[in-house]
Amino acid sequence: MSQFRGRRILAGAMTLIAAAALAGCGSKTSDEKSTAGVSADVSGDTVKVGLLNSLSGTMAISEVTVRDSIMLAVEEINAGGGVLGKKIVPVGEDGGSDWPTFAEKAEKLISQDRVAAVFGCWTSASRKAVKPVFEKNKALLFYPVQYEGLEQSPYIFYTGATTNQQIVPGLDYLKAQGKKSVYLVGSDYVFPRTANKIIKAYAAANGMTVLGEDYAPLGSTEFGTIVNKVRSSKADAVFNTLNGDSNVAFFKEYTSAGLTAASMPVVSVSIAEEEVKGIGTQYLKDQLTAWNYYQTTPGAANQKFVAAYKAKYGADKPTSDPMEAAYVAVHLWKSMVEKAGTFEVEKVRTASGGITYDAPEGLVTVDGPTQHIAKTARIGKVGGDGLITEVWNSGKPITPDPYLKSYPWASGLS
Amino acid sequence: MTAAPLVRTDPAAVAGTPPGGRRGRRFDGPARTAVGFALGAALLFAVAPLALSDFRLSLLAKYLCVAMVGVGIGIAWGRGGMLTLGQGVFFGLGGYAMAMHLKLADAGPGELPDFMQLYGQLDELPLWWRPFASPWIALPATVLLPMVVAFGLGSLVFRRRVRGAYFAILSQALAAAMVILLVGQQGTTGGTNGLTDIQGFFGYDLDDPVNQRMVYFIIAASLLALLALARQLFRSRYGELLVAVRDGEERVRFLGYDPAGVKLVGYVIAAGMAGLAGALFVPAVGIISPALIGIVPSIEFVIGVAVGGRATLLGPVLGAVAVAWARTALSERFPGTWTYLQGLLFVLVVAFLPGGLASLWVLARQRRSDPAGARWWRRSRPVEPAENRTEVSAA
Repeated sequence: MSQFRGRRILAGAMTLIAAAALAGCGSKTSDEKSTAGVSADVSGDTVKVGLLNSLSGTMAISEVTVRDSIMLAVEEINAGGGVLGKKIVPVGEDGGSDWPTFAEKAEKLISQDRVAAVFGCWTSASRKAVKPVFEKNKALLFYPVQYEGLEQSPYIFYTGATTNQQIVPGLDYLKAQGKKSVYLVGSDYVFPRTANKIIKAYAAANGMTVLGEDYAPLGSTEFGTIVNKVRSSKADAVFNTLNGDSNVAFFKEYTSAGLTAASMPVVSVSIAEEEVKGIGTQYLKDQLTAWNYYQTTPGAANQKFVAAYKAKYGADKPTSDPMEAAYVAVHLWKSMVEKAGTFEVEKVRTASGGITYDAPEGLVTVDGPTQHIAKTARIGKVGGDGLITEVWNSGKPITPDPYLKSYPWASGLS
Repeated sequence: MTAAPLVRTDPAAVAGTPPGGRRGRRFDGPARTAVGFALGAALLFAVAPLALSDFRLSLLAKYLCVAMVGVGIGIAWGRGGMLTLGQGVFFGLGGYAMAMHLKLADAGPGELPDFMQLYGQLDELPLWWRPFASPWIALPATVLLPMVVAFGLGSLVFRRRVRGAYFAILSQALAAAMVILLVGQQGTTGGTNGLTDIQGFFGYDLDDPVNQRMVYFIIAASLLALLALARQLFRSRYGELLVAVRDGEERVRFLGYDPAGVKLVGYVIAAGMAGLAGALFVPAVGIISPALIGIVPSIEFVIGVAVGGRATLLGPVLGAVAVAWARTALSERFPGTWTYLQGLLFVLVVAFLPGGLASLWVLARQRRSDPAGARWWRRSRPVEPAENRTEVSAA
């Protein structure tokens, strides 16, 4: 009896599958895309924006500072009368350091909350996860972190550095210092692997040798072997793309192996003021970093930003490059909307090219075709007080080139 | 290994059915099952699509995929006592097999998927990708590949009588190894990013809400089919044997059965279900990445099953959906503190409902029949499957 029933149930289920398949015949991939996208709700006297950062999980320590910085920018804009006369209402979501969650929350912000723009994401994996969501809904994302380049989405504005504004200047600096060989150490994920690919191409074209390349899993704290290999390689410098906690273990091991900034300098691209605090100044003193902004960057705009941030969140909180890029993103969006005279995404995009903003890092300009921004590259040295001071800068903002098309040595990369 | 005494097991507790005997035939008969399935189908096929927005329906599709993994874990762990902390591997194999095919279909014949052009510096498709260009290979592979891997691992492990915590650790190590493998081969697997930006599903544009709905219907129907399969399995002689192996492996061996074979079948079926879930997760969510198949998601699958009630038919489904839904709802309402609330929820369930959410109705019924029944949570103890005792006898 029960077996008989079971079979009937199964048959019923199969019928339902068939029915469902018949009922659901939407457009084919070959059809012309017709989805109009969800338009932002700007009917009242407010406009919503989405804040999508990890408030829990491994990335929370970094991403919470970005969230704070976005909130500061939103408050400033609201205090000044809002955007097009509408006050900004921030809607926060937690990406939970989990990439599909980022996609889910992005969809929620766009289709449920109907926000005019979203600010956030940190890791490349989270950006890759939300990219199709923004493209499908024709909604805007402002991504505030330096990244590995090789991407250009019509619905993303990249306010952090791409490779030719951070890694390439870092290499130029090492070359100018007479460093002939480098050792590459990185976390095992997309950014370090792609960055190292670029570094190897650069080295091959510029007479530098790459003596070794090692990856540690994200969150790994075992660096004995890697540091031994680095030491015995006798490289002139180390290029470090490690992320997060791993830096603590790496630099402790590095220091205890007797290596110093004088004997073998390390250039890091993911260590900002916030991370210096966590790693410990004694391990990092005089080591180099490559960014576009430091808390110590001179200028009235930065003094104002640092003062406002410390007033809101506490005098002991440092400001860092991704925080600054997120802060700049909100202000740039405001300028774009005001130039376009509307919150409509396509018009905002069209209006974006050439928009400038007197940012804490200096003047930045939106590059219309790539939707990246022109930024000044800065090499810094970690001081005894945990702050980073600039030792070199590119002199003027560097035009973004996410695919490194203007560099002949990079022609084989993409 | 000491010969731990076999603990006497209560037959009612064995099957996770209400205590008080006769396996609750009155309440659990075929008619009841048919009504249950009809209700479930009505809920999934009529109520949910009408009541939920496109966005919420796509979330439900995601939850149902997790529930499908749960049905498998219910068989392997709830019935078979194999605490598998590595279902993410099978979920991932199914997911990657499907995603590889869809990526190749998106790229078009002879073209490389987008991420390979970026990270791989490849001139042509790697050899092991080629079979997945054909749907006739990729589709069966989503289920068969996980089953083959489970068969390989299971035959090695169960024959050697690896059990309890050792099996759990081994299955978890497999999940960790798979993640490291995928992340390391960025050029051909997409690395940590995984395979993202999947546009089409066998010619249907996934951006179209109508097609998203179709994917939801396929997932809902597959879940019902898996439940029907699990139910048949529970009722069969094999199902009885699986429970017997869980509660007294040595005893079953002395009776002349081969416990290793019995466990292997359960484990392989669970893997196949996880593979199917992974395959359907890809068109529903549009991404598969190492973050979805590692240790943490593997444990989360098990948590859902534990919350729902591991030895029951519907428990794993209810639990998986409840946990995933709570995660979404809490994180939307309290973006800053939701993780604490989620943790609290787990503690409460484990402390007061060790039999899972599925034991709620049993409790309600007990209360009805025993109005004087104070301290109802004590009453829930007998419903708890003989898991702890199994662990003792396995150690």
